[in-house]
Amino acid sequence: MSIDRRNFFKTIGIAGVTLAVGKSAGATSTESSKTEFRGMLFDATRCAGCLECEIACAKAHNQPEPTDELKVDVLRKTSEVKRCAINYHTTSKGEVLVRNQCMHCNEPACAAACLTQAMYKTKEGPVIWRGNKCMGCRYCMVSCPFDVPKFEYFSANPKIEKCDMCYDRIMKGQIPTCAEACPAEALIFGTRRELLTEARKRIAENPEGYVDQVFGETVAGGTAFLYLSPAPFNEIGFNTKLQNSSYPALTKGFLYSVASVDVLLPALLLGIYSATKKNQSKEEENE
Amino acid sequence: MNKTRIITAKEHIPTFSWQFLFNELKPRGKWLTPFNIISIPIILLGFGLIVLRFWKGIGAVTNLTQEVPWGLWIGFDVVTGVAFAGGAYVVTFMVYILNMKQYHSIVRVTVLNGFLAYAFYTGALLIDLGRPWNVVNPIIGNNYGTSSVMFLVAWHFLLYMLAELFEFSPAIAEWLGLKRARKILAGMTIGAVIFGITLSTLHQSGLGALFLMAKEKIHPLWYSEFIPILFLVSSIFAGLSMVIFEGSISHKVFFDQISEKNKKAHNGIIHGLSKICAVTMFAYFFLQLLVFLHEQNWTLINTPMGYWFLVEMIGFVLIPMALFFYSYRTANIFTIKLAAILTMIGVVLNRLNVSIIGFRWDAAIPYIPSWMEIVVTLAVIFTEIWIFRWVINRMPVLRESPSWAKDDNH
Repeated sequence: MSIDRRNFFKTIGIAGVTLAVGKSAGATSTESSKTEFRGMLFDATRCAGCLECEIACAKAHNQPEPTDELKVDVLRKTSEVKRCAINYHTTSKGEVLVRNQCMHCNEPACAAACLTQAMYKTKEGPVIWRGNKCMGCRYCMVSCPFDVPKFEYFSANPKIEKCDMCYDRIMKGQIPTCAEACPAEALIFGTRRELLTEARKRIAENPEGYVDQVFGETVAGGTAFLYLSPAPFNEIGFNTKLQNSSYPALTKGFLYSVASVDVLLPALLLGIYSATKKNQSKEEENE
Repeated sequence: MNKTRIITAKEHIPTFSWQFLFNELKPRGKWLTPFNIISIPIILLGFGLIVLRFWKGIGAVTNLTQEVPWGLWIGFDVVTGVAFAGGAYVVTFMVYILNMKQYHSIVRVTVLNGFLAYAFYTGALLIDLGRPWNVVNPIIGNNYGTSSVMFLVAWHFLLYMLAELFEFSPAIAEWLGLKRARKILAGMTIGAVIFGITLSTLHQSGLGALFLMAKEKIHPLWYSEFIPILFLVSSIFAGLSMVIFEGSISHKVFFDQISEKNKKAHNGIIHGLSKICAVTMFAYFFLQLLVFLHEQNWTLINTPMGYWFLVEMIGFVLIPMALFFYSYRTANIFTIKLAAILTMIGVVLNRLNVSIIGFRWDAAIPYIPSWMEIVVTLAVIFTEIWIFRWVINRMPVLRESPSWAKDDNH
């Protein structure tokens, strides 16, 4: 196939227009969707450890209500029958209560890992699990930097259990059941942007009371769950060594290379094949 | 018994019939061989455990925890098994793409080995899937998780198994006496080979890329952004070491099937493969060294995990590499076989260190596989060997193709 000058410019023109149109179309679609990521803000200075949020969560998701007692430095873990857990830590600033559950990352590793999009980041913000798609491969558990998804190992029809930020309630216009149950407003619900502003305001108004960091603002590329704490975050059970860029970005390079290898390698192999074949037939002729 | 079969196969083309197929399905030869006596109870026990697993859940059979969700069935069966199956793409590359005819006699057995490894070890994946009835979702599109490395690996696995089946299919056609089908299938070999090598490159590295997001969970001596390339390079000598190892055993067990010409050529083939192993292992060792220096990991060496890393790198990479280089000149077959076995142990160690031993090495409850996981794994391997033996005894894999099929080299 030969390509003359006119055709060349024509092709370039078409490609250019497509690119430009494609870009503007993308821009309008993001503008038209006004849905913002929702999130939750946990203020450790306000939590009194009443476990009302845990009880409400258990009730809402048909799980056993907590029966164990909250003790200092006895780690209570989330599990396949417990989507959230309050923990009591001894820190340099005294005893601090903190709540653990799914962080609902902006760019979740679990959702990027999932080969059927069973783990799914909704446009409203919650990361949800969809049982009709899930194969149970547990790659989400391998990938999650916070070790959140839990698997029902003792079931013939196992589910992945984790906090879904009460997605069904949010869709009905209600707030998550834990935020509703919290008597101290330690846990509040809103858009992520509002919550970040609120968190910064609280730090600015009371710089002595908080460490100057909103955990979740940048960790793992940003999470929907935001935390304020009077003590450094590594003292209240968080892994502060986690990277600040998103986890799915770690596989980007590999995924991008796939298409090029899939196209270039067969061409290369075919080339080598024809070259060696020609050599062989020449040798045969010489014989 | 087999000798008579060779003669009959050469003399006339068997016509396809159900009677023929039924006869072929029956077992042949002695029943009470040592291998059968060991493998039959383990296979039966393994299948019993698989029933238990589907009845009571994965936790009833395995020691997996919420922190360590992948154990022996993934780390050994899939991640290690696939590395060993890498011989197929390397050998088909050499024979069909580079036209190295002297290796032609090992193509079929290597491809068969590769195909069975994929079929069984990824088949074993179904036991590990919590919700296996949804396994078709990424294929039928409920939904396509295109941002997932696993999605890519799954598709490349599936397509590669098809490619290997096509590469092997002329042998099946020869067995069934389907002359025309054989001709068509043989014509597709080169396409399947090119397709297969491409798919292998990506899923061998893809298996490593699966672990890229577990950045803080894998011990830093084994985690780096270069896992995919390390997995790809090591799959070359892992696969070839397996070919050397398996070839030596096949030569003893199926001695009567191999022609005099191929018997004589065998040592030359092994020597040739050992040279490739030597060079690729050197590249691999150099890459590991670069990664080690790049990640500034020297402070980690003086720890228990550091010693373990040295055991892997020196004992099972550097030493077998030296042995391969030594036999480069001396062509000592015993040294090559020893080096191949050490290399295989090294590959097992490496894959397990990334996927199990180094994965959450700091977990409060470390994962140690249960005896039941080990039995199921052994049952899968033994069943694969049974099928392998069944095929070798019936199809022209190690022995020569029937005379009617000798018009070309596929």
